[in-house]
Amino acid sequence: MAKETKDKEKAKESKAEEKLEEVKEETEEKKAEETQKEEAAEEKKEKEPEKETKEEKPGTAAEETQKEEAAEEKTEKTKPEKMELQEQYIYKQVNSIVFSVLPPKTIKDMASAKIVTPELYDKEGYPVDGGLMDIRLGVIDPGLRCKTCGSKLKECIGHFGYIELARPVMHIKFIALLLNLLKSTCRDCSRILIPQNKIEKYKEILDAAEKEKGLEERRNKIKEIITNLKTINKCPHCKARQQKITIEKPTTLFENEKRITPIEIRTRLEKMPDEDCELFGIIPPHARPEWMVLTILPIPPVTMRPSITLESGERSEDDLTHKMGDIVRINQRLFENINAGAPEIIVEDLWDLLQYHITTFFDNAVAQLPPARHRSGQPLKTLTERIKSKEGRIRHNLAGKRTNFCARTVISPDPMLKLNEVGVPMVIALKLTVPERVNEWNLAYLKKFVENGSDKYPGANYIIRPDGKKKKITDETKEATLEEIQPGYIIERHLMDGDRAIFNRQPSLHRMSMMCHKVKVLPGKTLRLNPAVCHPYNADFDGDEMNLHIPQTEEGRAEAEILLEVQNQLISLRYGLSIIGCVQDGISGNYLLTKELVLSRQEAIDLLSSVGIEDFSKLPKKEKIHGKEIFSVLIPDDFNFTGKTRSGEEVVIKDGKLISGHMDRNNLGEGSGLLLRNIHKKYGKHATIEILGNIFRLGIFVLFKHGFTTAVSDTDLPEGIRIKINETLENAKKEVVSLIGLYYDNKLETFPGKTLRETLELRILEVLNKARNETGKIVANEADKSSHTMIMADSGARGNLLNLAQMAACVGQQAMGGKRVEKGFTGRTLSSFKKGDLSPEAHGFISNGFKTGLTPYEFFFGAITGRDSLMDTALRTPKSGYLYRRLTNAMQDLKVEYDHTVRDAAQKIIQFDYGEDGVDVSKSENGIINIKRIIKTIGV
Amino acid sequence: MKKQFKTDKHSLIPKHLKLNEKEKQKILEQYNISLNGLPRIPKTDAAIVSLNAKPGDLIKIIRKSPTANESVFYRVVVNV
Ligand SMILES: [Mg+2]
Ligand SMILES: [Zn+2]
Ligand SMILES: [Zn+2]
Repeated sequence: MAKETKDKEKAKESKAEEKLEEVKEETEEKKAEETQKEEAAEEKKEKEPEKETKEEKPGTAAEETQKEEAAEEKTEKTKPEKMELQEQYIYKQVNSIVFSVLPPKTIKDMASAKIVTPELYDKEGYPVDGGLMDIRLGVIDPGLRCKTCGSKLKECIGHFGYIELARPVMHIKFIALLLNLLKSTCRDCSRILIPQNKIEKYKEILDAAEKEKGLEERRNKIKEIITNLKTINKCPHCKARQQKITIEKPTTLFENEKRITPIEIRTRLEKMPDEDCELFGIIPPHARPEWMVLTILPIPPVTMRPSITLESGERSEDDLTHKMGDIVRINQRLFENINAGAPEIIVEDLWDLLQYHITTFFDNAVAQLPPARHRSGQPLKTLTERIKSKEGRIRHNLAGKRTNFCARTVISPDPMLKLNEVGVPMVIALKLTVPERVNEWNLAYLKKFVENGSDKYPGANYIIRPDGKKKKITDETKEATLEEIQPGYIIERHLMDGDRAIFNRQPSLHRMSMMCHKVKVLPGKTLRLNPAVCHPYNADFDGDEMNLHIPQTEEGRAEAEILLEVQNQLISLRYGLSIIGCVQDGISGNYLLTKELVLSRQEAIDLLSSVGIEDFSKLPKKEKIHGKEIFSVLIPDDFNFTGKTRSGEEVVIKDGKLISGHMDRNNLGEGSGLLLRNIHKKYGKHATIEILGNIFRLGIFVLFKHGFTTAVSDTDLPEGIRIKINETLENAKKEVVSLIGLYYDNKLETFPGKTLRETLELRILEVLNKARNETGKIVANEADKSSHTMIMADSGARGNLLNLAQMAACVGQQAMGGKRVEKGFTGRTLSSFKKGDLSPEAHGFISNGFKTGLTPYEFFFGAITGRDSLMDTALRTPKSGYLYRRLTNAMQDLKVEYDHTVRDAAQKIIQFDYGEDGVDVSKSENGIINIKRIIKTIGV
Repeated sequence: MKKQFKTDKHSLIPKHLKLNEKEKQKILEQYNISLNGLPRIPKTDAAIVSLNAKPGDLIKIIRKSPTANESVFYRVVVNV
C-alpha cells in the first residue's frame, strides 16, 4: 500500500515537472502527452490575460516614456508651447477598479530579463548578465544607461525580471484562500461542492447581497457559503468521497495526514472551471486560483532596491536583493538536484527551503517562521515590512507629509508678545522666505531686499524668473540680478514682522494645535510665545519644541488668517468657554492686586504704562488707588458682569468697574468662568485678546513690583501646632494598633462581602486617611494666609492645600491600586520590618512631611508609588493615542448638514439633531444658551 | 407562572414607538433619505419585542436628555 502511494506521488510529480517544462516553453512536443482536455482549458485560461498584457502593459509603458521625452523637450522651449501641452491632458473618470492576481504569463511578458545566477557582480565590479543586478533591470549608477529603455539614472523607472522556479511554491499571502478553495472543491473533479442546479441560485444570492448592501456583504456571504461547504464529504458532481484537509502553518497542507505538494494543489486548481471560481470571488480572466501557487517569480527592478556604496568603497546590497539572492541560489540547487536525479528527500528539503525563502521574501514576520536575518542578527525588511506599519510606505511616505518653508526649535515664554504673535529667532528669519511678486509699484521696495542680499536682514535669498527658473542671490550675482528684475519676477524675501505663520505643537490633537500667529523677529535662538496660549498647544517650557510654517501663496495666507488665527480659536468648541486665559503669575498677580493692594497714583500709572496702557483717564483722581480700580482700567466702560470667586464670594463688575470680589482662576483662567466668555461675546475676538493680554501682563508686572516667591519658610508652623499634628498622628497609630489587636483576637466586625483581613485593611486606611486629612486641616487653618504659597493656592495659580500639608505636616499613605503597599518580600514590604507586620509604617504610611524629611523606608515607599504612576502614564499615553487615532479616523467625514442632521460621507444619518439638542457649543456659554440674558440684552 | 420582565415598562428604557406607514413616509420625506440611510435596530432588541415590529418598520425613540429635555431618534428594524 505504502509503495503504491509513493509511486503514485512520483507519477504525479513527474507529471507536474512536465508541466513546468512546458512553461519553460522548450518542450512543445511533450504537450501532446497531456490530456487533450487540460490543454484546451489551459489555453483558454491563459489566452485572455495574454491579450490584455500584450495590448496594454508594454504599450502604455512605451507610450509613457515617449510622452515624457516629448514633455521634456517642450519645457526647455518657450512658454506658449507649455500652455499647449497642458491642454493635451486627457481627463478620465475612474469607473471601477479591479484587483487581480498576476498571471505567470504576464510576469514573463513584463519581464525584461530572466535571472539565472545568484552572483551580482563580476571581478571588475560590473553587473553580471542574468544576475540580480542585471543592467536590463534598470540603472542605479550615475553615468550608465539602461539596457532596456536606454534612459539615464532617475529617468529609467526600472524593469522587472523573472525567475523560473524549479518546483511550484505556495504564495504566503494566499494561503487562507487556497485552503478554502481546496476544502470546498472536489479532490477528484475539482468542482465546487455544490450541485450543478444550485450554483446559479448561489450566484443570485451573492449578486443580490452586493446590490443591496455593497461589496462587503458579498464577501460575508461568500465566507458563509464556504464554511458550509467544508463539512460536505461527498462530491455532488462525481460522487467522490472527500478527505479532510488540514494546514500546518504557515504553508504546508495535508490531506488525511498525508502531505499535498504544491504541484498537486496546482493541478487540482487548474481543473477548476471558471464558473466555480466566481463563487469564491475569483473572477477569471482577472484571476485564476492556480496563479496563487507560484511557478514563476517576478524580480523587482533594481531601482526599488538600490545598493549603497559605503565609505570604504564596499557595496552594501538592499535587503530585498539579499533575499532574492537566497531564492535564486536555492532554486539553482533545486534544479541541479532534480536534473541529477538526487534522492527525493534531498529534493524535498531544498523545496522546503525554497518555500521558506519565498515566504519570507513576501513577509518576514510570519508567525510560525523564524524571520530571515542579516549577519548582524537584525531581521531583513522584505516586501510586507516595506508597506506595513508606521514606518511603512503607506503611513510614512504616502500619508506622511513633509514640507519646506518650516522651522522647529525649542520654545520659551515672552509675556510681552501679543497673544497672536510668535517670536522668531533672527537665524530662522534669514532662512525662511516669503515670495513676493514684483509689479511696477513695489519694484523699488523689493529691490531693497535684493540689494541687502541673503546675509543682511531684511534681504532676499532667491529670485524666480517668469519662466520658473530659480536663482540664488549671492554677492557675485547681486548686481546682475538687480538689473534684471522687472514686473513678473518673484522675490523670496526674508521673513519679516507681521508675516503670517502657522504655529504647531505635537501631538496635534485638536484644531487649536495649529494656529496662525504674526511673526515678530527677535534676537535669541528660541521660538517665543505668550504663555497664555500654552494651554491650547498644551505646551510648557521644559524643553518643548514647536514647528513654524510659512504659507507661500495669497490663498494660503488668507486661509491661515481666516481659519487659524488665534483670535478665531478663543472659544473652545468642546465646552464653549475661553480656552486661553491667564496662567500662573497672571492669576496670582491679579489676585493680589484686586484683593488687597493699595498703590500710590504714581505706582499705579507706572504699573499701567508698563502693561502698555496710555490712557489713564479711568483712574480715579486720588492719591491712594486700590488694586480693583487699577484692574478696572483694563475693562471696557460699558461692561457688566456677575460671577463667583473660588471661595464663593460674589464678583461684580458694573459699568466697567470691579466693585466687589477679586480676580482668581475662576474668572481669569482658561476653561473656567464666564468673564472672558462674556467679554468675547460683547466686544469680539480682537478686543478679547487685547484685554486678556493686558490683564495677563498686569498680573505679571504687579508681581515684578511686589516681589513674589515661594519659600521654605512658607511651610513653617508654630511649635504648638507641630505638637498637635504629631498628637493626631500618634493617636491614629494607636487606633491602628488597637484595630490590629482586635483582628488578631478575632473580635473585628467584618464588613458585608469582605473577609476579615480586607475589613482590617479598609479600617486602617480609613483611620490613616482621616488622620492625614486632619493634619491637612490644621495646616490650612494655621498657615500664614499672606504667605506666597497660600496666595498661589488660594488664587488657583499653582498648587493646593494638600501640597502644602504634605510639605508642612504629613505626606500620608502611599497607595498602590487602592490598597496599602504590599509588594516586596514574602510577608513583608521591606527588610526593615518583621514578617506579618501590619503597622502603618510597614505598609507605606509616611508620617513625616517633606520639609522635616523622610526616613529611609518612607522614602522608599514614596519611590515605589512614584515609579508605579510613572509606569502607568508611560503605558497609558500610547494606548490612548491609538484610541484617539481610531476615533478621528472613524469620524473624520461626519458633518452637520443644513437640516441639522449629522451624516457620514454616504449621507447616512448618524444623529437626527446634532448632539441631541442641536447646540453649536462654540457659540454657547459652557454648552448653555442663556435665554434670559438674550431677552435682557434685546430689551424686550 | 413565570414572571415576565417587561422591558418597555422599565424606567431606564426610553419610549419606543412603532410608526405607521404614513408617519414613516413622512419621516423619510422630511430627511430626504431611504431606509438604508437610517440607523438600525435589530428586530430582536429587547426594547421592541413587545412592538411586534417587522424588518423595514420605523421605530421612533423618545429619550430623556439632560440638555434637550427630550430628544427624538429613529431607527429601522432589521434582521439580526
Ligand atoms: Mg514639556
Ligand atoms: Zn530602463
Ligand atoms: Zn467530484
